[in-house]
Amino acid sequence: MELVERLFSEILKKDRSIGAFLSLDIEGALKQREEAERCEGALAGVPLGIKDNIAVKGQPLTCASKMLMGHRASYDATVIERLRKSGAWFVGKTNMDEFAMGGSTENSAFQQTKNPVDLDYVPGGSSGGSAAAVAAGMVPGALGSDTGGSIRQPAAYCGIVGLKPTYGRVSRYGLVAFASSFDQIGPMTQTVEECERLFSVIAGADEKDPTCDGASYQMQKRLADFSMLRVGVVSGIEKMGIAPSILKSYQKLVEEFQDAGAIVEEIDFSLPSEAVSVYYVLSSAEASSNLGRFDGIRYGLKGTGASVEEEMKSSRSAGFGLEVKRRVLFGTHVLSAGYQDQVYKKAQRYRATLKNRMEELFHSHDLFLMPTTPTPAFRLGDHSDDPMGMYLEDAFTVPASLTGIPALSIPYGKSDAGLPIGMQVMAAHGQEEKIFEVVKGLETKNGVFGRRDQDV
Amino acid sequence: MYDIVIGLEIHVEMKTKTKLFCGCSTEFGAAPNTQVCPVCLGLPGTLPQVNKEAISLAIRAGGVFGSTIQPISQFSRKNYMYPDLPKAYQITQYQEPICIGGGIEVMREGERVMIRLERIHMEEDPGKLMHPEYEFFSLADYNRSGIPLIEIVTKPDLRSPEEAVEFLKALRTQLEFAGISDCRMEQGSLRCDANISLKEPGTEILGTRVEIKNINSFREVQKALEKEVKRQSDLLRFGEGEKIVQETRKWDTGKGRTISMRSKEDAEDYRFFDDPDLPVIQLTQGQIEAAQADLPTETAIQRRERFQMSYGLSEEEATKLTEDAVLARLMDQAGEGHSDPRKVATWILTEGLCLYRSGEGFRVDASTLLVLLETVESGGLSHSAAKQVFESLWKIGGTVDDTIQVLGLQQNSDQDELTDLIAKIVAENPQAIAEIRAGNGKAFGFLMGAVMKETKGTANPKIAKALIEAELKR
Repeated sequence: MELVERLFSEILKKDRSIGAFLSLDIEGALKQREEAERCEGALAGVPLGIKDNIAVKGQPLTCASKMLMGHRASYDATVIERLRKSGAWFVGKTNMDEFAMGGSTENSAFQQTKNPVDLDYVPGGSSGGSAAAVAAGMVPGALGSDTGGSIRQPAAYCGIVGLKPTYGRVSRYGLVAFASSFDQIGPMTQTVEECERLFSVIAGADEKDPTCDGASYQMQKRLADFSMLRVGVVSGIEKMGIAPSILKSYQKLVEEFQDAGAIVEEIDFSLPSEAVSVYYVLSSAEASSNLGRFDGIRYGLKGTGASVEEEMKSSRSAGFGLEVKRRVLFGTHVLSAGYQDQVYKKAQRYRATLKNRMEELFHSHDLFLMPTTPTPAFRLGDHSDDPMGMYLEDAFTVPASLTGIPALSIPYGKSDAGLPIGMQVMAAHGQEEKIFEVVKGLETKNGVFGRRDQDV
Repeated sequence: MYDIVIGLEIHVEMKTKTKLFCGCSTEFGAAPNTQVCPVCLGLPGTLPQVNKEAISLAIRAGGVFGSTIQPISQFSRKNYMYPDLPKAYQITQYQEPICIGGGIEVMREGERVMIRLERIHMEEDPGKLMHPEYEFFSLADYNRSGIPLIEIVTKPDLRSPEEAVEFLKALRTQLEFAGISDCRMEQGSLRCDANISLKEPGTEILGTRVEIKNINSFREVQKALEKEVKRQSDLLRFGEGEKIVQETRKWDTGKGRTISMRSKEDAEDYRFFDDPDLPVIQLTQGQIEAAQADLPTETAIQRRERFQMSYGLSEEEATKLTEDAVLARLMDQAGEGHSDPRKVATWILTEGLCLYRSGEGFRVDASTLLVLLETVESGGLSHSAAKQVFESLWKIGGTVDDTIQVLGLQQNSDQDELTDLIAKIVAENPQAIAEIRAGNGKAFGFLMGAVMKETKGTANPKIAKALIEAELKR
């Protein structure tokens, strides 16, 4: 009882300036926590924040959109069921870019979340609320969702750990769909080990999601011998226009692998600028279809109109924000007759090619290292009128999204302004085991990521 | 005269216990929105799970019509916004349907002709809207949302409205026989759209095609197609510049005519794409064979010919019996057990059909029917009494003997009792006696009728007849 009260008063105090949570389940907290304590699972008694696009029975499910203001979930997402069974309980729902579209959480229809490291900066997005809540120490862990980088980028900006799992390893049942062939739910925590533990609870096939057929996950031992480890690094990354502080961190991480004894090889993975375009074509196309159901007829914001068509138009015009409208229109366009072959199908072919390339890369390498973002967190409002600038921040995260491979973002160093930097560790399809084994191995040698001198 | 070219698209509800993508019941007639769940309501965050039974039945349908089952097929999304469609897209199959090709035979000028199928694909039904009169709102019922359908698309091989109906009847019987669908048109479990165009005889160039939607019974199919043929040929002959436009028209049952819904230019762009929520459907040869086990091998035409040959039925009788899987199956079961199958057929098509048309299946089984017929033939029951027994068996059930007892319809062969009765009737009808003596056979029937009426149909007709004749000779 006391613990719960103390936790909430702490959250309320901190969140006044940060704005990470959209709703808190104070009423249900005691009951949840009592039940959780009776459980002997891997996460017994652990309070978590849940991104507001994941269904928690009885709790709001707004996707930070006016369209779903007041909407509550009538069922639990599969990940929520699994977390409950393991003894975790849910503090509340975290802020995000509306329908997970954005990279700063500035697209939330309800509030602005600030970066706990420096309140003038964005926390990243779209899982900005989850990242900020964890970074500020309000909760030890949170769930986010990643479509094109929405877990990894805010994790990097806020200095925490975030995993985008292999596509198909975590059930999407109960995650409000943005782009179904990309979306994955993943853990966001302060440390790698906590991230792994959270992942071990939510991973594994689910019959409610036919695309989720991945293996369940067992906690891995730390890798001791790095001599057989083959690590790929991006050749010519210094010419890719990334921030100097990010380049420095990247080089340092590569050295750390070399010092540990790993075989490091440069890979010609000239980051194709098309990857970002392809990602926006495909994800917007799927979004235009997925968001069609928000018509105000059965739930959500209800507009007015003389006919059914007018009423639906009115609901959608008032309910969706600018970025969502932009993507729905773009996605509708690329799927329409006459453009589908030129744009959508071409993008699909590109995606298939990239998948093959990535698969080949992992024939000869265990891991592939990349910065999570080309620059550190930017100031609030900096990209508000510049969607293209915002989209380019995704250049390093979309390759894993397009190819479905797992990618872990770890905090690694600071920018000149003292903002966190994130590095990405990627592995072949379904090889989260490899990522955690190696990253934890490095921690044994050189200290826990996020808690090192360089990171503080 | 022009040549008529017709192609059909038939939607058939498959008889699965649960919906195509969730566990909700498919039972017809429940209170609105009682057979729904987050998945078929399309609530945010939900995902579809494919019903394996539906895939099996679709494979069976392909087997019945000789289609090729595709080892890999896929679900796509057909995007459009309408209040009866909770996800704003219908999950259907587009580029890769589960079955390709196949056909159904019909008779054309005494010859068998194959009507080829383009494809058979699976899809989900949308919900249903109701528009109460004098109200400013509509009501939505999502019980139907997600009911599994197969859509059967023919090539433009049909040449007349009658042929289209014959095709549909053959299709329905085959689907019923194979256990794929109940094909209850009155419940909307079989629905038909038609594409129709006219062409100059002898040319291969097809005319402008018009699609007719919303046809709800076989009779309406014929009417709607006839009306459309007339409309198009009138336009071609007397149109004075007005042309047939490619469009979709709706059949208005009440008004008995088609009404333009939308032209080709207004046709909606459905933005089809592969549904990323559903992996491709991969089928092994073993799965296909298992789904097609014990498929009926006989086609509708073959069955009709067999009925004519082995049961000695007329073409009309055989047609009527084989158009309906329930009747055909009953005829096969009862016909085998009777020395004169024609009698069985006659009974089914007269007394049986009359009650059967009121719905709810054929409620007297083959063995009961045989017992009833034997009782009549052995003289234990008059024909008119048998009708009463049959009706009671239909409505209440039970055995033939019990029913006869309960209704008090045991054949009356009591000579003394009948002799007295007949003497009385003869005495009361001197006119009839005079006519019989003058050679009017009908008057004899009148006397028999009077006897039956007095005995409520229980008088043994043979004995009664003999007694009347004896009475007349006196």
